[in-house]
Amino acid sequence: MDTSTVLYSILGGLLVGLGAAAMMFMSGRIAGMSGIFSGLLKPKPGDFGWRLSFALGILAGGALLFALRPDLFTFGVSRSLPAIAIAGALVGFGARLGSGCTSGHGVCGVARLGPRSLVATATFMASGALAAFLVNHVLGGSI
Amino acid sequence: MLAHIVTFAIGMVFALGFGLGGVADPATIVGFLDFLGDWNPSVALVMVTAVAVTSVAYRLMFRHRTKPVLATRFAVPTRRDIDRRLVLGAVVFGFGWGLAGLCPGPALAALGSGSLPVVVFLAAMVGGMLAFGTWDRASARRAAAAKAEPASVTPAPSVVERGRPAASGARVATRARRGGSAGAAELVLS
Repeated sequence: MDTSTVLYSILGGLLVGLGAAAMMFMSGRIAGMSGIFSGLLKPKPGDFGWRLSFALGILAGGALLFALRPDLFTFGVSRSLPAIAIAGALVGFGARLGSGCTSGHGVCGVARLGPRSLVATATFMASGALAAFLVNHVLGGSI
Repeated sequence: MLAHIVTFAIGMVFALGFGLGGVADPATIVGFLDFLGDWNPSVALVMVTAVAVTSVAYRLMFRHRTKPVLATRFAVPTRRDIDRRLVLGAVVFGFGWGLAGLCPGPALAALGSGSLPVVVFLAAMVGGMLAFGTWDRASARRAAAAKAEPASVTPAPSVVERGRPAASGARVATRARRGGSAGAAELVLS
């Protein structure tokens, strides 16, 4: 990693950590993206507004950053749309089945040393590594 | 209203974090997960930093506060059991994450770029989430039906293996199979 990557990675991590801390400090919630988004799909009264504003904030923040630094949003891997769709479906289904994703388990849960999150994180890292290995070393790097 | 402005702002902070940390580009994630290839360790640095900040912040706030600023309580998960759903869910999620190099938060942050692959990913992710809901409700109904008709279920063996069909083929309805996540504290491994 060059210096610039190191600095940006640390900065990114600081902001994600700040966001997770703020979510708990202000709203008393785990900042688990999959949990927050899936709650948008089956809206319950009183439980919808904050999820929507959070999602809109992410969208707005991303759009703003894209305007300033479009290079951060390059889609740098060779993937067909059907492959992406399959991957997306697995991510959505798996996150709900496993009660969380990289932010909920990987950041918030690990920060709490929650046994479920420690196991989930280790598991999805291994599973992700397998997928990446298969694509890059068995299937030629693009699917 | 204030609460919504705050959560909007927190969302923006996350998007900035994901973007600047490089994880809105799938190449960063795939480069990290493919550790046998041209390894890109930057995701590890992003996550370790995020976990460190969150960990310290959580400790401080739980020690010095009894409630969050704008809500009535800290909604912290209480379950500690490792069940089949957790592990299987993580396997499935992780595999999709490794294939696409995207997960929900960064994908939503990247949506503002208008990239078609990101749109497709998010649409499919929603589909996967909805499919889970349908499957979950159906399996809860099956479990409830099995419980409600004891005559049609063979007597449970003296040693109940949770999550496995009884020898005769009839399924033993267990708490592990109920849809949703009631806070069952038992260890369920199969």
